[in-house]
Amino acid sequence: MNRSFRHWSLLPAVLLFVALTVYPMVNLLRMSVSTIEFAEGRALWSFTPAHNFSLLAGDTVLAAAALNTAIFVVAAVAAEVLLGLLLALLVARLERGKGLARTVMILPILVPPVAIGSMWKLMYNYDFGVFNQALVAVGLDPINWLGSTSIALAAVILVDMWHWVPFVFLILFAAVEGIPGDVIEAARIDGATASQIAVKVMIPLLKPALAIAFVFRGILAFKTFDEVFLLTSGGPGTSTELVSLHLYKVFFEQNQLGYGAMLSLALIATIAAALLVSRRVLAPRAGA
Amino acid sequence: MTIPSPSILPLKGRERVVGYLLLALALASIIGPFAWIAMTSLKQQIAIYSGAWSFTPTWSNYSDVLFSRRSDFAANVVNSLIVASASTLLTLVIGTLAAYSLYRFRWARWVVTGFLGWTLLFHMIPVLTLVGPWYIAFRELGWYDTLGALVLTHVTLNLPITVWLMMAFFREIPPELNEAAQVDGCPPLQAFWSIALPLAAPGLIAAGVLDFIFSWNEFSTALNLTSRDTATVPVAIARFAQQYETQHGQMAAAAVIATVPALILMAVGQRFIVRGLTMGSVK
Repeated sequence: MNRSFRHWSLLPAVLLFVALTVYPMVNLLRMSVSTIEFAEGRALWSFTPAHNFSLLAGDTVLAAAALNTAIFVVAAVAAEVLLGLLLALLVARLERGKGLARTVMILPILVPPVAIGSMWKLMYNYDFGVFNQALVAVGLDPINWLGSTSIALAAVILVDMWHWVPFVFLILFAAVEGIPGDVIEAARIDGATASQIAVKVMIPLLKPALAIAFVFRGILAFKTFDEVFLLTSGGPGTSTELVSLHLYKVFFEQNQLGYGAMLSLALIATIAAALLVSRRVLAPRAGA
Repeated sequence: MTIPSPSILPLKGRERVVGYLLLALALASIIGPFAWIAMTSLKQQIAIYSGAWSFTPTWSNYSDVLFSRRSDFAANVVNSLIVASASTLLTLVIGTLAAYSLYRFRWARWVVTGFLGWTLLFHMIPVLTLVGPWYIAFRELGWYDTLGALVLTHVTLNLPITVWLMMAFFREIPPELNEAAQVDGCPPLQAFWSIALPLAAPGLIAAGVLDFIFSWNEFSTALNLTSRDTATVPVAIARFAQQYETQHGQMAAAAVIATVPALILMAVGQRFIVRGLTMGSVK
């Protein structure tokens, strides 16, 4: 038991990963060239590669989903990192409220994303939601937040910002507090103004934390599913359709397990390629 | 972390007032939605529609959600508690052992890089890419629609961050302690159990709290691997939002109930959570 501890300590994790990640990924290969149907609980596989490719060729939603996902990721992450950074720099310069800010900012991260979707769906409600209540109170027309093709994606991005600016804040605030005081003091004695110190001294020192925030948020934003499923389910039309939502619909609403596997493989390959390209950014963490 | 740190370049005079106002605005915009949803959950349907700010609070939405015969929500809460507890326990055991093994023993470089690289890739891909194969495999094994299958997937999903976190905490143990143990002839298993594990206890708490919350919140796997009897709270909330479009009070009450575990765990383990969430990112 003791002598072999080295080996069996890693074994359960490896077995679990092989059974629930490696094997399913290999299975995706087989699925991607097949049509799978269920009869009396048994899966019936038939070899139909051409059929799955024809589904890909005829998939008009995919392009829209890819474009929406790109807009969603870029806009949400950029806004979140910018606001999170400004907030972290602000709180660092206040004498009080640091603990309170930290406590409040953890909340959205811990709440079920589905509950967040449910909350905001009620707040965006056309008839009695708090936003339209406010608009009407100041004499403006109510807005169909989630029902209009031009606004829905922005409304969904706003929810994502509410959810994740606090997370970026926590990461960057921890990094700001880690900046040695004498560095700042030296810059101040040299006659730098506060904004010069922020831009020329602090932000360069925050670069590693900023990189982490961008990468983390980029990954999570790309995977976003729960809130949008609740808020719009991709609608109206395809205006908030994201890649993950589309994948869900192909797999479990259209029951195209084979074509879904083909899309999954393409997605995994893209991410693996991106991972290899961005290895320099991620390397410190992977080996952390 | 609890020691108040001096502020950098403290704001003075009018700037300070503006600074506090901005902070108040930021905090209010985070708390506002929670307050509004809590208020809505205490309103009768008619008060919700009229958008009244003053109303007679009622618990009827909560009792409808939890105790009405048409609602399975109480059963969903039980399912979620079982899945989150079981998967947290399993993830901690498996993840801590793996983390210790990678940290302490001289594995070949390809083993360490391969293992950690794989956890990173798996952590990055959308879960839904694997839910399809999971669905087929569990149906063929007859495990589809069981809590056990859901627990296995949640353990797998939470394993990467648990391993990373625990490795980071193990690394903080002074190496002299391990050397001393080795010199004294302390067997590896005992060194793990009585030296490393107690020292990494804050890490266990941080990882445990995060694992529990992630499992409690997990939606995309639970949605597709469960049906009515095995559905968890997030699945139930989604059903509420879709099927009962008009029962807004109950929708709000369900969202509030789903938030309770997060609030409790936050009150208990805030220090550990912040440490866990920002760990590795600040080093």
